[in-house]
Amino acid sequence: MAMIEIRSLNKWFGDFQVLKNVNQSVEKGEVLVICGPSGSGKSTFIRCINRLEDFQQGAIQLEGKDIKSPEMNVNTLRTEIGIVFQQFNLYPHLTVLKNVTLAPIKVKKVRREEAETTALQLLDRVGIHDQALKYPAELSGGQQQRVAIARALAMRPKVMLFDEPTSALDPEMINEVLNVMKDLARDGMTMLCVTHEMGFAREVADRIIFMDGGEILEEAPPSEFFKNPRHERTRAFLKEIL
Amino acid sequence: MHWDVVYNNLDYFLWGAFPKGPLGGLAMSIVLALLGIFGAFWIGLAAGLMRLSRNGFVRWPATVYIEVVRGTPLLMLIFWFYFLAPILFGHTLPAAESALTSFIVFTGAYVAEIVRAGVLSLPRGQMEAARGSGLSHVQAMSHVILPQSLRNMIPSFVNQFVSLTKDTSLAYIIGVDELMRNATQVNNRTYNAPTEIFITVAVLYFIVCFALTSFSRRLEKHIMRYQARNR
Ligand SMILES: Nc1ncnc2c1ncn2[C@@H]1O[C@H](COP(=O)(O)OP(=O)(O)OP(=O)(O)O)[C@@H](O)[C@H]1O
Ligand SMILES: [Mg+2]
Repeated sequence: MAMIEIRSLNKWFGDFQVLKNVNQSVEKGEVLVICGPSGSGKSTFIRCINRLEDFQQGAIQLEGKDIKSPEMNVNTLRTEIGIVFQQFNLYPHLTVLKNVTLAPIKVKKVRREEAETTALQLLDRVGIHDQALKYPAELSGGQQQRVAIARALAMRPKVMLFDEPTSALDPEMINEVLNVMKDLARDGMTMLCVTHEMGFAREVADRIIFMDGGEILEEAPPSEFFKNPRHERTRAFLKEIL
Repeated sequence: MHWDVVYNNLDYFLWGAFPKGPLGGLAMSIVLALLGIFGAFWIGLAAGLMRLSRNGFVRWPATVYIEVVRGTPLLMLIFWFYFLAPILFGHTLPAAESALTSFIVFTGAYVAEIVRAGVLSLPRGQMEAARGSGLSHVQAMSHVILPQSLRNMIPSFVNQFVSLTKDTSLAYIIGVDELMRNATQVNNRTYNAPTEIFITVAVLYFIVCFALTSFSRRLEKHIMRYQARNR
């Protein structure tokens, strides 16, 4: 059984169709990279998976269970699917530690001490050893994004979604975030990453999909994707960003 | 000049007949304003959040309340509650309670708009991050959105409080013993020192409001520093 199964997904914003018959199956431990030009529907696509966006047609299953079925509570679904945003979206009024422990304490009802121990381990893992008591604004962009990853991991999700996690970062900070993501991938996390970091894609992706105009135009393992892209628009896109 | 009239009645201006009689004067004005802003905060918070709801049945009553009150003079509301109370409850409400009710209802509508603007001014990503991590709407509001937006709203709250402090003088019209009415009483009794009396009244209102606005300005600076830190 696939970790995530997406069947004939169609979505409209008013009259405008953002997603056109999207089908995907992501196995446990698989890393899927999604790329494509701006406005092609990449964010909308991954945000449908944790229901930050609603969709009109099609079905998405997490481990065989329909995410829209009545017995699947939307908040529970979101504890199983972590998400990391382009703009980090850390809570500026809370310390790094509290950013990470908020959801485990409130949603999973984990005891505070336990949540803090886990949080400190996760912060250690993403390389933010001694910043736990600082506020987000006191950290660099790269550090903030790593905290955001730790915050998502604190819920012990089965799947992680990344929406252009390095696009808002200064170039010298991109690698520290990518390294954390590579680490996660090696540890067997199931990941769907919207990113234009093709070095990252080449190294850790199991499959790359190219979206344009709400459709998946190309889908291939990295070697094939870069060596002989079949679709001409993929070739044009790759030429532009490589 | 008859400043002795002011001097002899200063305690009456400041706290009325208290402690031998009922509280009045400036103290009563301040008590009305404090209770008023306290009540208005909770009503305004509820109405502001209701107006943000996507559910029409929740949103509509709040919208009607806010818009109707904002299009109504406070003085009229005061009359309303005063003369409506006997019809509604079968007995007159004491003037002070009746005035206080009008203050709460009136200021609540303005607080509601402050709350709504404060919540809307936060980046959308805050709500998305909170909901995306599994928090319910209520949890996201109470742990992520409101702590931030309430902090940003403090200066507007203080402004509303200053307005209300001045507006308590309208309670004079239904006979509440606050600063304005007590001053008028003294004036009617003495009627040789109206200028001195009303200069004193103006100065008293000014001192309270000025203290509040300077406090608000200091707070604003402090908050701006906080926000700058969080850019
Ligand atoms: N809430 C919305 N209402 C209406 N249209 C929207 C909304 N959100 C996105 N869109 C439109 O849907 C299309 C796809 O948007 P989406 O954000 O998914 O693209 P994207 O591939 O993530 O682009 P980018 O690389 O710029 O992030 C765009 O044309 C966008 O304008
Ligand atoms: Mg996007």
